[in-house]
Amino acid sequence: MAAHLSYGRVNLNVLREAVRRELREFLDKCAGSKAIVWDEYLTGPFGLIAQYSLLKEHEVEKMFTLKGSRLPPADVKNIIFFVRPRLELMDIIAENVLSEDRRSPARDFHILFVPRRSLLCEQRLKDQGVLGSFIHREEYSLDLIPFDGDLLSMESESAFKECYLENDQTSLYHAAKGLMTLQALYGTIPQIFGKGECARQVANMMIRMKREFTGSQNSIFPVFDTLLLLDRNVDLLTPLATQLTYEGLIDEIYGIQNSYVKLPPEKFAPKKQGESGKDLPTEAKKLQLNSAEELYAEIRDKNFNAVGSVLSKKAKIISAAFEERHNAKTVGEIKQFVSQLPHMQAARGSLANHTSIAELIKDITTSEDFFDKLTVEQEFMSGIDTDKVNNYIEDCIAQKHPLIKILRLVCLQSVCNSGLKQKVLDYYKREILQTYGYEHMLTLNNLEQAGLLRPQMGGRNNYPTIRKTLRLWMDDVNEQNPNDISYVYSGYAPLSVRLAQLLARPGWRSIEEVLKMLPGPHFEERQQLPAGLQKKRQQGENRVTLVFFLGGVTYAEIAALRFLSQMEDGGTEYVIATTKLMNGTSWIESLMEKPF
Amino acid sequence: MSRTKVDEEEYWHSSKFKAFTFDDDDDELCQLKESKRAVNSLRDIVDDDDDDLERVSWSGEPVGSISWSIKETASSGGPALEGREQLKTRNSLSSYPPLPKPASTYSLSSFFKALSDVPPKNYAPELRRPKGEYKDYSSDWSLSDTVRRLQKGKVCSLERFRSLQDKLQLLEEAVTIHDGNVITAVLIFLKRTLSKEILFRELEVRQIALRHLIHFLKEIGDQKMLLDLFRYLDRTEELALSQYQEHLNIQDPEKRKEFLKSCIGLPFSVEDAAHVQDHYTLLERQIIIEVNDRHLESSGQTEIFRKHPRKASILNMPLVTTLFYSCFYHYTEPEGTFSSPINLKKTFKIPDKQYVLTALAARAKLRAWQDVDALFTTKNWLGYTKKRAPIGFHRVVEILHKNNAPVQVLQEYIRLVEDVDTKLNLATKFKCHDVVIETYRDLKDRQQLIAYRCKVDKASVEEEKIDGILSSTQIRWKN
Repeated sequence: MAAHLSYGRVNLNVLREAVRRELREFLDKCAGSKAIVWDEYLTGPFGLIAQYSLLKEHEVEKMFTLKGSRLPPADVKNIIFFVRPRLELMDIIAENVLSEDRRSPARDFHILFVPRRSLLCEQRLKDQGVLGSFIHREEYSLDLIPFDGDLLSMESESAFKECYLENDQTSLYHAAKGLMTLQALYGTIPQIFGKGECARQVANMMIRMKREFTGSQNSIFPVFDTLLLLDRNVDLLTPLATQLTYEGLIDEIYGIQNSYVKLPPEKFAPKKQGESGKDLPTEAKKLQLNSAEELYAEIRDKNFNAVGSVLSKKAKIISAAFEERHNAKTVGEIKQFVSQLPHMQAARGSLANHTSIAELIKDITTSEDFFDKLTVEQEFMSGIDTDKVNNYIEDCIAQKHPLIKILRLVCLQSVCNSGLKQKVLDYYKREILQTYGYEHMLTLNNLEQAGLLRPQMGGRNNYPTIRKTLRLWMDDVNEQNPNDISYVYSGYAPLSVRLAQLLARPGWRSIEEVLKMLPGPHFEERQQLPAGLQKKRQQGENRVTLVFFLGGVTYAEIAALRFLSQMEDGGTEYVIATTKLMNGTSWIESLMEKPF
Repeated sequence: MSRTKVDEEEYWHSSKFKAFTFDDDDDELCQLKESKRAVNSLRDIVDDDDDDLERVSWSGEPVGSISWSIKETASSGGPALEGREQLKTRNSLSSYPPLPKPASTYSLSSFFKALSDVPPKNYAPELRRPKGEYKDYSSDWSLSDTVRRLQKGKVCSLERFRSLQDKLQLLEEAVTIHDGNVITAVLIFLKRTLSKEILFRELEVRQIALRHLIHFLKEIGDQKMLLDLFRYLDRTEELALSQYQEHLNIQDPEKRKEFLKSCIGLPFSVEDAAHVQDHYTLLERQIIIEVNDRHLESSGQTEIFRKHPRKASILNMPLVTTLFYSCFYHYTEPEGTFSSPINLKKTFKIPDKQYVLTALAARAKLRAWQDVDALFTTKNWLGYTKKRAPIGFHRVVEILHKNNAPVQVLQEYIRLVEDVDTKLNLATKFKCHDVVIETYRDLKDRQQLIAYRCKVDKASVEEEKIDGILSSTQIRWKN
């Protein structure tokens, strides 16, 4: 079912099964037939751990999305609300409960908070006078959701905003709890490294939780050797740049949600003889993207410029395989051919889809505007003209390009210049407010507080030093057969991943000076293991490092870490965890003041 | 772009950085085409029904996934289709280690079980649960036990913490476990039982708790207390911004305007203060224009509104949009009126560039080519006229083209583009043959002119013109 989760070095199916069991246990607590009322946001993440059949086994007969007024009729004993702990959702639930028809047979209400019960929410239910109507009020700690064999996410969209803007540590607490769960399943992680204020706090919480966990000694042999906690605000640059890997571009252009992407349907129209042209589907084509699909696993992390050749090679192989049918003469041969047919059909379907997607993306990457934007990004990242008003940005504002695009570019310039000169900053702000509306003042202030768009302090620009020391800009990038992580941005090596790479070899001591220039403390902690569990490494056995991005990670960064995992003499394999899978656009969006 | 094409070229070759280019573009496209072709040809061999193979609905929702099932079960009478993984997993579970459970789970559920003997089903508003639930069984939890219980989401009375000292210790205990949920719970209790002054004073020295309170107040929308808090803490800019934010919730334009007016005196940073002032002035202006124009439009007496009815009201639109609007509907008005473009330009100190761009777009849309012409015509003191564009004529051409300007108009401005390469590019792109031909003639570039001859229609005026030039004996061709 979720076989792709067990392909990696760490079998994440173990985690998936553990959370599935917890779900079953909860469902069984509410005996009898049930209907689930879903907070729509949760259906995506839940889809990664369970299908309807699992719920059905436990007598879930109906499912609805949470909406105001009265609940739809359902002849069931239990109504269960699956919701995030949000106040506005509590009001809707209260409305549902209050408008319940008293004449029809009474139904039991329950509420399952994901990932956490919230006293604030319960208070709200109490204020609305419905708290007493719920029999079970529980929490389902779906902190870390397995997305792929080497990837976990909390899918908490507001984590960055909460941590760096509102200084609310709740999502850090969840991260720490998620890490405790992982350790319960995969053993205590002996070494913890971290960089950044939030990283420090998560490590502190973990150490404290471990001390307070009075249960039995963890007797599982440790799977992870090292945990690296990284604050997103240590590297504000990377997500702002346009990702240039295949998966990264799909995300930039169409947005991947819970491993699904919605694509314009035209290119996917089923072309059957005789009926071409009619019945073009209008609904977006939805595809699941993960490493369960062989072809996708192969191309997802490649630079987009290297994808075309792989696809054409695959096409030849598949064509050849189908040609084999002419050679099949005997019954046995034909039988063998037929037995391979399903696999070949699947491969063909996969190839067809990715060829179409690649064409869609290519239409965009070959456009003049994409090229111009990329040129400006690359100028900034390599340190050219970051201290004056940029003509391209000015033009984009004049033509009223989407505001988020403007903000991404201006923030990128600011970060690559350790803040903008006051005059430049004021100019941009004025242009933006006059063109897009004064109310965006609030968004600009948020960006300033998060450190993304700010005036230069003390007139010093540290970025060139950081860039040179960490080799963030590589001139001779090889997109086809990469030899360095910089291929994921066609020249720029993501700072965050460089830190992970340097930690593995030769160690952070070599870059002390630069670490001091980046925000927040860097630290190392050790967790004692009982003597019997200490690892004796085999010759040539790779270490396993869990890199946890607090505040979000991009697909390009994931690709870069996978590249490091696969390096022949790399010596380290990486598993990636994060509060949210994101890109520059979704990130900036999360920092904008609503309603927009 | 200020860099000229030649410079750019040189820059690209000399510069050490590499742009994202498709090295051999054709090849790359070929490859995609190739795989496309292969895929298509294969369709004939293995036909159809692979949908069934994967069991995905067209929208890609795998059959049996949760979001798919919501639609299914909500619409049909009962559970419709079966998912595939039915029963497969049930048996394979025992091999996985269990998740660590908070020690409380058992007691909590047994607690509920005990309760369910008493039928708990009464819908709001009256809560008729046994009183015991709201009370602790043991009335004397220690400080850390209380926090622990809160952390596990258990019911727990905080009322026993009466003295300020007790309350503060409770808060500190909550803060040390970093659980925002618990911190908030304690803050709710403190907010209810302490006076504002004391609460603010104590939180001022407890920064983490303070941030949680701010977040909490924002969440529940207690704007008044939030403003009081900022005022107490002397965080004036935040105070001002958070007050200003309120305007977004006011729909009525008059009320919103009055509210913005009240924001003007707030302690913003210098730049923001100017923006808020402008925001107010703009809305005030828009209200006047809106009333006036709605009247004009409905009376049907003004040609421009008859020909181009307004698509939306101008209220709450950004400044540049308002300028566009005024250039569209009120271009010729004297400077003294509120709706005249020049008045807007002066009031809001709109830079020349921005103004010209907007006016150009508006007049081009109306195909008022004379206005466009006037926009770029300057007279010097001798009375000679000269064409000048603060945005560069290449931009002018782009905008005109976007508004479907006729070739005659386009070529007039393409001729004004200074850089020869840019000029040629634009002229070729927009098929202004005359400009291309003349430019090659001026460059004395015979080869290019011959090459261009193939691109124009056979026996056209252009071809004739090229032939004329090519046969001219006056020109000393460079090639």
